[in-house]
Amino acid sequence: MLDPLLLTANVADSAPLMALVGLGDEPAGLLPARQQMALSLGWHIILACFGVAFPAMIFVMHLIGIRRNDPDALLLARKWAKVSAVLFAIGAVSGTVLSFEMGLLWPGLMGTYGDVLGLPFAFEGLAFFVEAIFLGIYLYGWDRMPPRRHLLMVVPMAVTGVLGTFFVIAVNAWMNAPVGFDLVDGEVTNVDPWAVLLNPDAFWQFLHMWVAAYMVAGFTIASVYAVGMLRGRRDRAHRLGFTLAFAFASLSAVVQPLVGHLLGSRLAETQPAKLAAFELATETESPSPLRLGGLLIDGEVRWSIDIPYLGSLIARNSFTKPVEGLSSFPVQDRPPVNITHLAFQSMVGIGTLLMVAAVVFWVARWRGRDLLERRWFLRFAAVSGALAVVAMEAGWIATEVGRQPWIVYGFMRTPEAAGENSGLWWLLGTTAVVYTLMTIGAVVVLRSMARRWRSGEIDLPSPYGPEAQRPHGSGASAPEEAKQ
Amino acid sequence: MSLAVVVAAALFVGVLAYALFGGADFGSGFYDLTAGGTARGAELRTLVDHSIGPVWEANHVWLIYVLVTWWTAFPETFAAAMSTLILPMLLALLGIVLRGASFAFRKYAATLGQARLFGAIFAISSVITPFFLGAVAGAIASGRVPATGRGDLWTSWLNPTSVFGGIIAVGTCAFLAGTFLCADARRSGQRRLAEQLRQRTLAVGAVTGITVFAALIPLQRDAPTLADGLRTQAAPLIAISALAGIATLVLVGIRRFAVARVTALVAVAAVVTGWGVGQYPWLLVDQVTITDAAGAPATLQALLVAVGLAAVIVLPALGYLYKLTQSESWSR
Ligand code: HDD
Ligand code: HEM
Ligand code: HEM
Repeated sequence: MLDPLLLTANVADSAPLMALVGLGDEPAGLLPARQQMALSLGWHIILACFGVAFPAMIFVMHLIGIRRNDPDALLLARKWAKVSAVLFAIGAVSGTVLSFEMGLLWPGLMGTYGDVLGLPFAFEGLAFFVEAIFLGIYLYGWDRMPPRRHLLMVVPMAVTGVLGTFFVIAVNAWMNAPVGFDLVDGEVTNVDPWAVLLNPDAFWQFLHMWVAAYMVAGFTIASVYAVGMLRGRRDRAHRLGFTLAFAFASLSAVVQPLVGHLLGSRLAETQPAKLAAFELATETESPSPLRLGGLLIDGEVRWSIDIPYLGSLIARNSFTKPVEGLSSFPVQDRPPVNITHLAFQSMVGIGTLLMVAAVVFWVARWRGRDLLERRWFLRFAAVSGALAVVAMEAGWIATEVGRQPWIVYGFMRTPEAAGENSGLWWLLGTTAVVYTLMTIGAVVVLRSMARRWRSGEIDLPSPYGPEAQRPHGSGASAPEEAKQ
Repeated sequence: MSLAVVVAAALFVGVLAYALFGGADFGSGFYDLTAGGTARGAELRTLVDHSIGPVWEANHVWLIYVLVTWWTAFPETFAAAMSTLILPMLLALLGIVLRGASFAFRKYAATLGQARLFGAIFAISSVITPFFLGAVAGAIASGRVPATGRGDLWTSWLNPTSVFGGIIAVGTCAFLAGTFLCADARRSGQRRLAEQLRQRTLAVGAVTGITVFAALIPLQRDAPTLADGLRTQAAPLIAISALAGIATLVLVGIRRFAVARVTALVAVAAVVTGWGVGQYPWLLVDQVTITDAAGAPATLQALLVAVGLAAVIVLPALGYLYKLTQSESWSR
């Protein structure tokens, strides 16, 4: 779990739920499959954000370098490209894990709806193909291609990363608001795979995720440079790196609340029970208040701050239209309320904070005050990356847990999708270990890269290559053995 | 040909491409593993970095293509295969994850100790992973994946056909990688390295070729449907494979590495296609045919659109990548 709040919420949620479901009738594969899905997706999505947003940032940095003949920018672009090589590799393998998991964990879903939801995945595959191809060309193209053509190789990466996001989000949006088939006597018929793509819910959800990816990558990279500046490294490259990344992040942070609001205003129609959980609305009240914080304990809302009218205003764009309360839904159709509510509010709270921070920074700069001279601002910037990641994970938890008990909203309950495989616990344990090791490996390697760059190395030759292995000055190689 | 068969063919093209190109990437792990100590293996390991570095992620996407096409076009068989073959699938997946991550980590590791650790993980997982994928193929081809319910968790992939499938997969990967690495070493002017690789490639090629033909004997009893197909409709492919394999050995022997790459690809492609043609029209042998396994026709049509787009968008880009990496200017 991400934060202690969510942990408490989870405990508060699960007590009545367990009593209700009576663990006995759930398939053995359900609980481990859920945990596995949350772990592997929650991990992949962070790297995916870099896959989506990093190419665009590298492009701009590289462009500045070429246009202004700026050696600092060119060097930064080169370093960012090396960092992205490491991140993309683990992003790609963790994405592969997901492709296997769709079938391994959710045979009921894939067996029944595979041909309805599969098409976006096929297009996603295309997008990643193109992304991986140009990644290879760009990374190895340094000093091997004419500079302008080399720069152009980033463009397909930046575009296909975004397209890939759209396709994969279309699947998730379809789970939230299923379209493109009819259910006749329990049989799926009239399948229209294109409907899954051409679906307004997919568009809004995608837009929100795209912007989130730019926020996550932008704030995280800015954080790295903020830490450097706090430690007294105030050279031009640090300022340039910070400013570009923070600019991307700021732009996204400012539009994100609007996009989120537009996305949320669809919920009253598509998933009212989820909206009720987001807003912690137990009863249908007109007008509905906005509830800040609070937990639902034994059917009572405790410790919340209620602001009258604002709930209706935000969720329904109206002074009177109510948010439908949880009491309008049968108990077995309600999501776990507390975790959904708190996750949602963590996301919105952090989103608002980051937006304010971005506005403050640029307004101050415009008025001639440089907040990079202020330690309090740098400290805030240093944690902004982590905040953005938490906001994004919280958003996903709100979305996914808020959809429960449905895997395909209104059509298939999550237990129906799971298999009877209790051995999945082993898989979960192994995944936790492997992902922990992979995280450690990535951190160790990235930090050592940064350390070597600080000490003035540029190319980072591998320690096992012939250069490093050859005794100094012996010139052991035969003349025709060209240097690598 | 029905729509379902066309889609199955497109799916199989993905299997083939992954076996050839993804396979060659995996196979280079074999030479990395057997390159010897740090000093002795320095050149070879750097060559491996250099020759698979730019392409492995792109080649890897063929696997994703196969998985998504499979579950979209033939959803129930995908669910069936995943539940029966969960163990080899997960082991292959583990290998894929470890291979990719440790390959990237090794390249940028700061110390020799770290590079050694990551390198060992990379090389070992590269060698082992194809075994599990080959075992999966063997399980399907020998009719051990039931269309409904769940087959045996262990014997479904620990049986003569699967074990031979696994060994052949490991061997063909190493064989392909060998011919490619020989050509790469030659192109970058490393004669000694090319010579060292040449000998190993010859050994691997001979062993793999013998294994492929030895496997035909136990197949008669263990996978009669497939064996039957191999003797009839797929017989020409097996013959082509034998000829191309021998030609490759001769070409590598006389150091014509560039052409040997082509014949090696032909030899392996013919074996893999032989399996596909041999088990036609079954999707899961003795259980469901391709036509019966197909999902909604509208989805199959849409998939063909995706495949068409792949042909016009992905293939040229992929060709460009290969052209660059196989060209003189990129060898330095
Ligand atoms: C940096 C990340 C980030 C930030 C700052 C925000 N969000 Fe968000 N939100 C996400 C990242 C995210 C996400 C990527 O995690 C989700 C999960 C599914 C999705 O498409 O986006 C999401 C889901 C999500 C949903 C659920 C949609 C559904 O279940 O169908 C709503 C209603 C909002 N968001 C609304 C907002 C509002 C009003 C914000 C105001 C500040 C906000 N989000 C900031
Ligand atoms: C396109 C993207 C995604 C798809 C297609 C997807 C699909 C799924 C599926 C099939 C399940 C299991 C069924 C269910 O519990 O309803 C699930 C559950 C879950 N997913 Fe997602 N997911 C996506 C993104 C994410 C991300 C990025 C996260 C990040 C944290 C996430 C977190 C979770 C969690 C926490 C659950 C468990 C919910 C519960 O059972 O209580 N998902 N998702
Ligand atoms: C069920 C959900 C998901 C599945 C099955 C999935 C699948 C995959 C696969 C197979 C890859 C590897 C492609 C390669 O080899 O290069 C990948 C990478 C990637 N995925 Fe996911 N993914 C999922 C969720 C997401 C989400 C929600 C996003 C949204 C932003 C996303 C964005 C990406 C990106 C950008 C990459 C490229 C990796 C990189 O270059 O770092 N994925 N994904």
